[in-house]
Amino acid sequence: MAHIKVPEGVPGIRSLVMFRPETGKHLYDLAQILLRGESPLLEAERELIAAYVSYRNNCTFCWNSHAAAARCLYGDEKNIVDETLKNMQRSNISDKMKALLNIAARVQVLGKEVKPEDIKAARELGANDREIHDTVLIAATFSMFNRYVDGLASFTPTDPEEYNAMGKRMAEKGYVMPPQSK
Amino acid sequence: MAFSPQTAKPLNALAEVLLRDDDNTLTRGERELIGAYVSSLNDCFFCQNVHGAMAQYYMNCDMEFIDEIKKDFQSVPISEKLKVLLSIAASVQKGGKNVTAGQIEEAKNLGATDKEIHDTVLIAAAFCMFNRYVDGLATWAPQDRQFYVNRAPMRAEEGYADLDLYK
Repeated sequence: MAHIKVPEGVPGIRSLVMFRPETGKHLYDLAQILLRGESPLLEAERELIAAYVSYRNNCTFCWNSHAAAARCLYGDEKNIVDETLKNMQRSNISDKMKALLNIAARVQVLGKEVKPEDIKAARELGANDREIHDTVLIAATFSMFNRYVDGLASFTPTDPEEYNAMGKRMAEKGYVMPPQSK
Repeated sequence: MAFSPQTAKPLNALAEVLLRDDDNTLTRGERELIGAYVSSLNDCFFCQNVHGAMAQYYMNCDMEFIDEIKKDFQSVPISEKLKVLLSIAASVQKGGKNVTAGQIEEAKNLGATDKEIHDTVLIAAAFCMFNRYVDGLATWAPQDRQFYVNRAPMRAEEGYADLDLYK
């Protein structure tokens, strides 16, 4: 049960933004711009970064939903998502993505954990300023979402089918505020 | 934020409503204090000084008082409710699952509403984002703490929504 009285049966962050839409709408705007707006990183790659950070933060709701979205967006290559979560260094993603995910993992611990050599390694593999910026901000943002969702003990579904459905909606429609209940 | 104005917009809007909207039973000072406290736990110089200066301005106290709160809030004369909210914020800083039912119950017993608990958790979570963003990209921060104290009145007046950091 959530720590505060949120709409019953509604999972994760959705229940929280329904409780407090005045802050929720900015959270959804941020997710939409960050994960679906203009970026040299593909939407699939950005969802993978989000899932990876959430997995490392042990946030069941966030990693499952964003992994599902990433699988939809990767299409035929969807196996890469679970490969990466299980063992990033040995997965088939590009070396540049590995360097960016390494930066994301550092940010997940704390901002100061990102060292100049981590940035250098990413640049040498072709990452530009925008890609590095977006990686850091996604990792930072999910460090917030994971804490928000788990900090209020919001409802976390256990059925993988529910996450598949969420992932499909996220991949197709992006981040749209749920309608307000009165 | 100058590098990425499109993402700056919702970030600033979030800060504005969370920290400055007066339709809130937590005072601006209390909310800025939670942000500054979490930023000190995350060892983020820029954020803890910006928001520590804001807290000090709103609470009409000196920086030593804010520093004492960061060091050991249990021993400082602030309300028992605020102390529990700060302990919840500290738990969020470590990770969402560190918030216990016991902490929530204690907060409610001391009069905290659902909205106050929600905002405490979201402020703490949001600062875990802001701190990582600022430090993850190794942004420059003025080192003189007085700089932040001097700017607090202007920031209190103008808020965060249309932030121009170069002013």
